[in-house]
Amino acid sequence: MSAPATDLVASVRSGTERARDVVEARLADIEARDPELHAFLLVLADDARVAADAVDAAVAVGDDPGPLAGVPVVLKDNLCVRGTPTTCGSRILDGWRPPYTATVVDRIKQAGGIVLGKTNLDEFAMGSSTENSAFGPTRNPHDPSRVPGGSSGGSAAAVAAGFGLLGLGSDTGGSIRQPAALCGVVGVKPTYGMVSRYGLVAFASSLDQIGPFATTVEDAARLLDVIAGPDPFDSTCIADAPPMLEPMLRDGVAGLRIGIVEELTDVDGVQPEVRAAVEAAAAALEAAGASVERVSVPSTVYGLSAYYLIAPAEASSNLARYDGVRYGLRVDAEDVATMNAATRAAGFGTEVKRRIMLGTYALSAGYYDAYYGQAQRIRTLIIRDLARVYESRDVLLSPTSPTVAFEVGAKTADPLSMYLSDVCTIPTNLAGHAAMSVPWGTGAASLPVGVQVLAPALGEAVMFRVAQALEEAAP
Amino acid sequence: MTEYRPTIGLEVHCELSTATKLFCGCPNEFGAEPNTNICPVCLGLPGSLPVLNATAVEFALRLAEALSFTVPERSIFARKNYFYPDMPKDYQVSQYEAPILTDGVLDVGGTTIRIERAHLEEDTGKSQHIGGGGRIHGADHSLIDYNRAGVPLMEIVSRPDITSAEQARGYATELRAVLLAIGVSDVKMEEGSMRVDANVSVRPVGDTGELGTKVEVKNMNSIRSLGRAIDHEIERQVAALESSERIVQETRHWDEADGTTHGMRNKEGSSDYRYFPEPDLLPVAPTEEQRAQVRDSRPELPAAKRARLVAEWGLAEHDARVLVDVPYLADYAQAAVATLSGGTPKDVANWCTGEVLAYLNESGLSPEVLPLAPDGLAELVGLVADGTLSRSLAKDVLDEALREPKRPKQIIEERGLAQVSDEGELAAVIDAVIDANADTVESYRSGDDKARKKKRGFLMGEAMKATKGQGNPQLLNRLLDDRLA
Repeated sequence: MSAPATDLVASVRSGTERARDVVEARLADIEARDPELHAFLLVLADDARVAADAVDAAVAVGDDPGPLAGVPVVLKDNLCVRGTPTTCGSRILDGWRPPYTATVVDRIKQAGGIVLGKTNLDEFAMGSSTENSAFGPTRNPHDPSRVPGGSSGGSAAAVAAGFGLLGLGSDTGGSIRQPAALCGVVGVKPTYGMVSRYGLVAFASSLDQIGPFATTVEDAARLLDVIAGPDPFDSTCIADAPPMLEPMLRDGVAGLRIGIVEELTDVDGVQPEVRAAVEAAAAALEAAGASVERVSVPSTVYGLSAYYLIAPAEASSNLARYDGVRYGLRVDAEDVATMNAATRAAGFGTEVKRRIMLGTYALSAGYYDAYYGQAQRIRTLIIRDLARVYESRDVLLSPTSPTVAFEVGAKTADPLSMYLSDVCTIPTNLAGHAAMSVPWGTGAASLPVGVQVLAPALGEAVMFRVAQALEEAAP
Repeated sequence: MTEYRPTIGLEVHCELSTATKLFCGCPNEFGAEPNTNICPVCLGLPGSLPVLNATAVEFALRLAEALSFTVPERSIFARKNYFYPDMPKDYQVSQYEAPILTDGVLDVGGTTIRIERAHLEEDTGKSQHIGGGGRIHGADHSLIDYNRAGVPLMEIVSRPDITSAEQARGYATELRAVLLAIGVSDVKMEEGSMRVDANVSVRPVGDTGELGTKVEVKNMNSIRSLGRAIDHEIERQVAALESSERIVQETRHWDEADGTTHGMRNKEGSSDYRYFPEPDLLPVAPTEEQRAQVRDSRPELPAAKRARLVAEWGLAEHDARVLVDVPYLADYAQAAVATLSGGTPKDVANWCTGEVLAYLNESGLSPEVLPLAPDGLAELVGLVADGTLSRSLAKDVLDEALREPKRPKQIIEERGLAQVSDEGELAAVIDAVIDANADTVESYRSGDDKARKKKRGFLMGEAMKATKGQGNPQLLNRLLDDRLA
């Protein structure tokens, strides 16, 4: 595995390493190994070279290119970059090039980061294995017969393979944390509203949040510090700038109160090695001066059900605009309604169609209260339960994913078993809280295991301190 | 025959005249080149997000002050989901369960009409169908202009308190005057910046049970056609009930040309809009500070303006109402009065409610774009007051000044129209008329009152003719009487 991004930035800033050389090495590596992994949908080689030369030129004249100077960054292909195809892993956006750039991408570029390419994902971020991409699956770098997780599997695999030192994904129900766990990297779902969603193609607007992938906790903090903060183009952003995480990383965990969530850890479906990893991680924190106890958050068991009503409901509305009228795919027909239907039938994959139908049904007259309304009540309940637990606990622990990476094709025929991959991560999205996955050794078949650190809204500072301590103690 | 009582509720949509659209920074203007006032947000491009225009909220608060609305602590935007090519996201951001204003009132000629709610929403784009007679069915292709997409609208929904077409017209007229006075919309029904739909039902007089089945009537493009459409719909429903037919709850289209309403084909499944709270926008929570600011800058409302014109200008109530009801006419009159150097405000008002208004109706123009600026009208009033023009000459001059960008004085000069008030010159004219009409003078002197009046009128007419209408009528009258005495 390559050196952390923070080390690279120091070398580039001091002029001992050239950004252009870094980029060339990554491009060569991608060319050699990505045909097998298929982490990328698009490699932006020319743009990356131009950006790297600009960083080197800045260093040469004594300017500081910024805290991401020369770092190759990969972007999940649901983030808009002006003039660059953005597919969301779907045929329906065929040929579409956004005329604007996502706020997070602008901030990365301004910080000296080099956008290396757009990575694969489950179509419109709907899935847990990156097998739902219209352009074929991504493979896990630790074992190419296995999935990298999803939906941000391309970014997770690219960072795990060392193609990019940092990556961005989007997390609606676990889509950053679960693939981070399965690929053995760090993945963060920030507090809802901490990072601007402007330029992130929406799946479920009240749950979506952009976050970093990295090989170290410090790198993840560096990237989150760059992308977080208010944005006039996203009114759901938190108005106040959050405190910088990196300077607080090594403040230790002495005196922190940690809880292990029973409902997410001590249940059927969680592999024994995964549960053991959570126990071991907790023990390590205890040894570092934290107190640990098991806590109960009863309503989290309803999280999955509530999520599969709220997320599809919002998606059914967010994805209505792909109608063949203005951009992307159009399948012509004799009238507008038939053209809309034919375009959507041809352009969307099975899982997307399934969720649009689920969501449309959940919002329909006569069913709204029983489905969408009930799901929102569960959401309120989960927020209340978690608030009660956080009165006595600073952060919580659980598995990130119940299992290690599974075989390609193992769950594609059974959507429900696939949905269960996100059972531990979903409550955080429903609550709008923060959580991250930190690698902790290996489990079955010597595959990576991730431990999830959960924190209340705006609890990133403490969450990152715990994550740093875990990284230092991990086997 | 049973007597029926109509129950009417009105839904008024008005385009707000904010500088920019409801959720993005694109200009909100009418008549730009197609698809020039657009951006990723109002085009609903993937990844774009709405940001609420604070001025639209301020406009709603102005309406709250004017019509005594309750402003709930929080209102929320909701998505109204349906597929429509003019609507870039295939949902409309509107307000549903929690509108920004609730429970207002409007006084219409002494009757209080309750207003259920007012809410903010975004407008759609506009299609143009090419081929097939301009209709979507049979068209060769369609073009869409998204300039209007995202333009802020306010929908104002009355309670069913209106009982006649006349009262409906009164409500729409007064509401239009209020919207104009508080500066939130230019309320031009012909340009579509104000649209009025009517919900109409009838039931037998004395029946206090449930209301009759209501029918929604759309597509009225003036307040006059609103009245016609409602009257027609009432007649249609009464006739149907009298012949034992059932009224179908539906939307009917007013046809201005044939003066009837037509049922619109029921759009399949269009009634389930699957509303849910818009997750991309926060709830709107106007602060007391914002409300106070609006309260402090509250403009004069139509009722107060009418009262002031009656008191200060000595107008009849009816004339004050006409001035205030016609968009911008009172402003025009006030601007003229402000530059008045001779004559009275009442003179100005009389010209405004007479010749000026007639020309506005004939031309379809709005007062603020008339070639004759208000100070030109003031000039005309001054010329009548100082005797330069007779009233009938002034009418001729005004007729031209309303159409051509010329000042009254310029027209008088060009046409040599100034009134002749030279006593010597006019005396000579009278002498000549008397000499040339000795018979008439004789008949005058021997005739009874009736005959005298007629003969005198004839002589006066001859004198005016001889002066090409420019003789000062008061002087001519006096000189003629002197000679006839």
